[in-house]
Amino acid sequence: MLTYILRRLATAIPTLFVIVTISFFLMRVAPGGPFDLEQALEAKVMENLRRIYKLDQPLFQQYLTYLAALLRGDFGPSFYFRDFSIGELFAQGLPVSIRLGASALLLALAIGGPLGMLAAFRQNRAADHAVIGFATAGITIPNFVVAPVLQIVFGLTLAWLPVGGWNGGAFRNTLLPIVTLALPQIAVIARMTRAAMIETLRANHIRTLRAQGLSTTTVALHAARGAALPVVSYLGPAAASLLTGSVVVETIFAIPGIGRYFVEGALNRDYTLVMGTVVVVAIFVLLFNLVVDVLYALLDPRVRLE
Amino acid sequence: MSDMTACPIPPIGRSLWQDARIRLLRNRAAVASLIVLALMMLACVLGPLLTGHPYDRVYQDYVRVPASLSSYPKAEALPGAVQRIASRIRATPSEVVAEATHVRLVLASQRPIDQRLLVYFDRSDQFGTPVITGSEQEGRRLSLDVPIKRQYFLFGTDSNGRDLLTRTLIAGRVSLAIGLLATGVALVIGVVYGATAGYLGGRIDMVMMRIVDVLYSLPFIFFVILLVVFFGRNFILMFIAVGAIEWLDMARIVRGQALSIRRQDYVLAAEALGVSTGGILRRHVIPNTLGPVVVYVTLLVPKVILLESFLSFLGLGIQEPMTSWGVLISDGARAIQATPWMLIFPATFLVTTLFALNFLGDGLRDALDPRDR
Repeated sequence: MLTYILRRLATAIPTLFVIVTISFFLMRVAPGGPFDLEQALEAKVMENLRRIYKLDQPLFQQYLTYLAALLRGDFGPSFYFRDFSIGELFAQGLPVSIRLGASALLLALAIGGPLGMLAAFRQNRAADHAVIGFATAGITIPNFVVAPVLQIVFGLTLAWLPVGGWNGGAFRNTLLPIVTLALPQIAVIARMTRAAMIETLRANHIRTLRAQGLSTTTVALHAARGAALPVVSYLGPAAASLLTGSVVVETIFAIPGIGRYFVEGALNRDYTLVMGTVVVVAIFVLLFNLVVDVLYALLDPRVRLE
Repeated sequence: MSDMTACPIPPIGRSLWQDARIRLLRNRAAVASLIVLALMMLACVLGPLLTGHPYDRVYQDYVRVPASLSSYPKAEALPGAVQRIASRIRATPSEVVAEATHVRLVLASQRPIDQRLLVYFDRSDQFGTPVITGSEQEGRRLSLDVPIKRQYFLFGTDSNGRDLLTRTLIAGRVSLAIGLLATGVALVIGVVYGATAGYLGGRIDMVMMRIVDVLYSLPFIFFVILLVVFFGRNFILMFIAVGAIEWLDMARIVRGQALSIRRQDYVLAAEALGVSTGGILRRHVIPNTLGPVVVYVTLLVPKVILLESFLSFLGLGIQEPMTSWGVLISDGARAIQATPWMLIFPATFLVTTLFALNFLGDGLRDALDPRDR
């Protein structure tokens, strides 16, 4: 197992390298630069700025410089948030995004899983239709509709929770963003659990359990293990995207996470910020894919890691 | 002769697609979704021609008016409107009598009223050309008979005073077109790529799927934003950009199918007959992958529509005065407290369409893969 994990980590490095290379050059092909303001800067000022940030060097030279810095764990200075380095920005924003994303993920699992199992056991009956309807709604209603509605209802009409802001991570402030993030995930997890559960409930080993007259709870627990497999493989990419923050939720609720950085960085041609976000997101994706594969082997003895 | 008649007529077999159609038509949710989608498309294609408002016509006098089944201007708004216009003519209105189609009033002023200024009635959205029925005191008192222009805003108007019903329907055209076009692009790239990788197999397959894995790890918004930046927010190119990103799942699904198809006897037979690789792909591999692809397509269309609305929310989507459901919803979401109808109507249209597409996709999956029911 350990050697497998180590080898997977080793193969992640070339993947990461390719990702960094593609994004670096893609970003540079885009027209415009980080210092293009509405009013053009004076030529001399521009020249000095470009020299300070080493933008005057040949592109390939810049690429090598960036790679070398990245290997040392240095993401470079931000072009847009002038007084911050990318490392500092992430040190502030990443814990916020991770906390929100992890809470939303746990909430989604805690609600979506049982809902999906309930629907599977009551297939084609009222409870099943209700879960399917709810799940479809959760998938189809965009989060930028859900978020303002929640703000209006809980923030303004009922005045139970703050409309937005982070407030040092107070529990009250995190509730609405977590619910907004979790709703579509609950829906997807419920649907996947239902489909996987229906399949597993038809399997031979479950029929044997039923034939032996075991209680529904025991049967459900045994079936859950088999049904967890597709859900786990969905959770990998989902966790990666949740933990790295959501642009919409962070913008609407005014939360200082890293989800906004990507769009802001790309629009302002903050090369280092975009590159940093790409690297961080890619690391999360690769890491969670590995976690998924390991979990898979633990859940399903037929899967062997080699 | 008698031998022939003794021969029983062989029962006519049903193909997979006939079977699927029968099962699909038995699924009430899927049939209802099909009807809803057909109506929605019809409404979006023909509707804007029938509402009587161009989608970009600005009614300055009807900014943010709420949805209403009765016509505008409302009776209680007439005196105020008359007062506003009269003050621009520098006269005071009196004896205002509002009828169903006309307003009768008398304008009075210190000095003779310049009759050219009556054009202000014309210019407003509420009134037609006034008819002077009487002039007293050397033109200081004018009796006017002003026809009222009746307008219907069934969904209200937006913050620029444009008819929301027309805009919602026009937006539907754009959103549906984006969904279909982008899905078409994803379909073509994904199917060709996946079928090639799966059929050729071995080293080529490994390299091709490795590329897909790498693209998977890239944050897709990154691509979309870069493409939007490249293409300068061009309408059609953006669909293609979105489609070019959404093909990854399609490629994986098709590859999985193609891997099993390439070992089928009919493919081996075709190979033995010397059919070219391209021919086998076209004639045997791709047609047989279509089942899961059709299901995935119906689920991809809502995904793309949502993606477009997400881009519009970020301000990277369709540009004014053109619009899409995403643009309308993000405008509505910003003004949700003051003008809730601006969110409710486009959101209802979007969610209804997405619901129908999802139920249709589920129905298709059940119809093509009977194990599940």
